[in-house]
Amino acid sequence: MSDRGYPEAVADEFPVPPTEFTDREGRTVEVRPYEDTEEGYEALVEMYDAFDPADRAQGIPPGGEERIREWLDAILGDDCYNVIAWCGDEVAGHATLVPDDDAYELAIFVHQEYQRAGIGTHLIRGLLGHGQAEGIRKVWLTVERWNRAAVSLYKKIGFETSDAESFELEMGLRLNADGEDAG
Amino acid sequence: MKVLCGIGGSDDSFRALDRTVERAAVADDDLTVAVVENPDSSVDPDEIVQRAESAVEEAGLDAEVRLVEGDPGSRLVELAETEGFEEIVLGGGHTSPMGKITIGSIAEFVLLNAKTSVTLVR
Repeated sequence: MSDRGYPEAVADEFPVPPTEFTDREGRTVEVRPYEDTEEGYEALVEMYDAFDPADRAQGIPPGGEERIREWLDAILGDDCYNVIAWCGDEVAGHATLVPDDDAYELAIFVHQEYQRAGIGTHLIRGLLGHGQAEGIRKVWLTVERWNRAAVSLYKKIGFETSDAESFELEMGLRLNADGEDAG
Repeated sequence: MKVLCGIGGSDDSFRALDRTVERAAVADDDLTVAVVENPDSSVDPDEIVQRAESAVEEAGLDAEVRLVEGDPGSRLVELAETEGFEEIVLGGGHTSPMGKITIGSIAEFVLLNAKTSVTLVR
């Protein structure tokens, strides 16, 4: 599926992680690219294992530790880009870019205890800053049409709807102009 | 049961075909496979028909495989109504590299408009 639509204009520059901020609950949160350490991996598994099933979207994150590990192994590969929002040594949120043909698919997850505190916005901007610095050109995502909080976040970031034909909206964003760098 | 399995050439539609054929053999369902024109699929309809026919034959079933032209969703619903099918079976959605499932416009139309039960095969 390489016939996805993207905005003609390149998005603004996003901040390149690591970045640090105080969330609306007064917690210090640090956004960093995923470091492939055992502690980091296990902390991520722990967040998804405690993830509220009501916050699942389109089948992810999967339920059960075994399937979570399988899924993480697939999206933490060398060809993917991952950014974590840390609150101390706890994972508050995770955002990922997974390659698909000539573009990258984006997904973002914030643990229920850390939602509605502004973390998602910092996290997605951090991921896009990371991807932009790495030369990624195009990013797409799908989101359930009724998920208005998510849709408005993506719009605010600069995503434009490319397909509204079914239950899920498809949205696209251009991070770098064609011909710049690789990716 | 009189079952209509709609396939358009996507990976999930072939999974639905295999599972429906398997089940029909066990449950002695009266199965019809409708090959529809899915604009998102790059597989040639004749090839899909062949694949469906060999799946049916391998299972030792006496099921009809039919090429259905026109708008896939509405044609499937119409077929089910005019020919008295009791269930429509479709693929359970496309899985992205990320693992996200998206349900296409054909399945959405059938889900919302069919009078019969609709099964999406995962």
